[in-house]
Amino acid sequence: MLEIKDLHARAKETEILRGINLTVNAGEVHAIMGPNGSGKSTLAHVLAGREDYEVTHGEVLFQGKNLLEIQVDERAGEGLFLAYQYPVEIPGISTKYFLKAALNSIRKFRGEKRYNSAEFMRLAKEKMEMLGMDKSLLDRGVNEGFSGGEKKRNEIFQMAVLQPKLAILDETDSGLDIDALRIVADGVNSLRGADRAIIVVTHYQRLLEYIVPDKVHVLADGRIVRSGDKTLALELEEKGYALVDGEREAVPSPA
Amino acid sequence: MIASDNRTRQISDEFARFHTGLESQAPPWLTGLREDAFRRFEDLGFPTTRQEEWRFTNVKRIVETEFALAERPAPLSRETIAPFVLDEDYLRLVFVNGHYVDDLSATDATPHGAVVSSLSAGLTDHPALIEDHLGQLASDDNACFAALNSAFIRDGAFVHVPRGVVVERPIHLLFISTGNSSPTASHPRNLIIAQRDSQATVIESYVGLNDGVYLTNAVTEVSVAENAFIDHCKLQQEGGDGYHIATTQVRQQRASRFSSHYFSLGGRLVRNEVNVTLADEGCECTLNGLYVAAGDQHMDNRTRIDHAKPHCNSHELYKGILDDRAKGVFNGKIYVHPDAQKTDAKQSNRVLLLSDDAVIDTKPQLEIYADDVKCTHGATVGQIDETAMYYLRSRGIAEDLARSLLVYAFANEIASALELEAVREHVERFLLAGQRLTEL
Repeated sequence: MLEIKDLHARAKETEILRGINLTVNAGEVHAIMGPNGSGKSTLAHVLAGREDYEVTHGEVLFQGKNLLEIQVDERAGEGLFLAYQYPVEIPGISTKYFLKAALNSIRKFRGEKRYNSAEFMRLAKEKMEMLGMDKSLLDRGVNEGFSGGEKKRNEIFQMAVLQPKLAILDETDSGLDIDALRIVADGVNSLRGADRAIIVVTHYQRLLEYIVPDKVHVLADGRIVRSGDKTLALELEEKGYALVDGEREAVPSPA
Repeated sequence: MIASDNRTRQISDEFARFHTGLESQAPPWLTGLREDAFRRFEDLGFPTTRQEEWRFTNVKRIVETEFALAERPAPLSRETIAPFVLDEDYLRLVFVNGHYVDDLSATDATPHGAVVSSLSAGLTDHPALIEDHLGQLASDDNACFAALNSAFIRDGAFVHVPRGVVVERPIHLLFISTGNSSPTASHPRNLIIAQRDSQATVIESYVGLNDGVYLTNAVTEVSVAENAFIDHCKLQQEGGDGYHIATTQVRQQRASRFSSHYFSLGGRLVRNEVNVTLADEGCECTLNGLYVAAGDQHMDNRTRIDHAKPHCNSHELYKGILDDRAKGVFNGKIYVHPDAQKTDAKQSNRVLLLSDDAVIDTKPQLEIYADDVKCTHGATVGQIDETAMYYLRSRGIAEDLARSLLVYAFANEIASALELEAVREHVERFLLAGQRLTEL
């Protein structure tokens, strides 16, 4: 599904990703953990195609295609989805309008028939029910005046409607209370399937109690310094990222 | 300016004909009002860009065009005006080239005691009421076009809402210019009087029917008495060769509310003024505006709010979208008089420039002569927000469509504030079509 090989990326003059290697297979859920500033969000946005970052080295294959050569909107068409850590507010355009445009853009990209309003509404309402969301949200401006939790839930709602092949959740859990966290986790778990993959970027182990990962990676200083199964997350919870700091020293970076 | 002098002479001849013709039957006070106004017009002459108030708007093309007073045209069918009728349930007054057309109007459902009629009918039926109010608010001492309007007062809308009456149905004033083979001018004059504790919604729309050069020079006076509420909406959708100069002059009494939603969507050269005096305590005033210009369109938006007394709130948001070589002007003045303590005034003008050649001159002005007030103003001019672009694109929306959606979203913040569903949908349709988003 996703193959990242020796990926280096920088923002302005600062190198943030310094040789990421990661393979995610269909059907898997990976968690990427790490301290603040380790490059977790950068990795998420480089995969989504944010132009603020420049990839200086390396390769990313997504379903066999060179992801880095694909336009931002076409990446979504190919099945990539990023749930933002800080979703953008767009007053003046309703969630309904926006999401229908997104869904039909993706369907068009895939050569599928447009959804008309009734078809879209049926799908949207079904997903909102699943996520316990109020239908009035559809008519509100995109994220306009939403609380932090509402914004995160709206990201998961969009994901549920767009049904991506690969979903990347960028710290979707931070700032959520336990009820909202469960709802988000339910939404993510309902997407799990043999032909999909999920990358959960998080600072905390808590979310991983609800979304149980197949693999856990620890990112520090722009590199994956440790990988393991779900027990790694528990270990980190106990010992903190100091554990990682120790290991980083043990594995000197190639000059 | 020789062109200006010649033109003034032509208008002078026209005024003489106007006066001795149909309008010679007018009551003496009205004749006097017109004559005084015409003298003021002659004294003032047409403005030039050397005058501060007109620095950014050159009316040379209006001055150099020989506009003749627009005649009553051949009758229009209901089908012809159908696209401009916002809602069949609204009360409606239709004017074609400034002339009232009873056949196309709908005033049957006017509540008892209220008046929704043409100004000409009002002059016959309610002369004292009109004499008391007409020309009292719209000071044309320093406004050439308003003076010209007063000189040529012939018709327009007259709305009177008596004490305690609520007119539930919105009142739609529809001004259609047919556009003719030679340039014509009309001078609609509207008078809206809301007595104590009354309430009404008034929509003015100005549309062009065919190609052709014409001038609409409109003045609307709105008197909002104690504890009354007027919701005022204006849709400016003149034709591509239409010139539109207009002033809305409002006076609010104690604890009254007035809100204005102005949409400037058409015309070639447009100048719209909204002037509000908060004459007593506890008034609320909202001025919202949206101007959308492309090609070589020029849109000048001016507002003035006079806070004359304490404890009044005014809230103003104007947004502009300028593409191609379009030019926009925003001049918003908030004048807080020495008496007006505890004034709360907010003003903001936000502009989206879609092309390198589009120009905006924005000038927010606060003049504050009281010391215990809260006043803010701000102006932002920018391009499409790249973060929002990225967000939309990362959801699969292609760049062109994402850009269109964001332009639409920017404009729609003003449109979506409209409580009138038919008007909101009308504006939204316009905005969607402008961004080629109809297929959504």
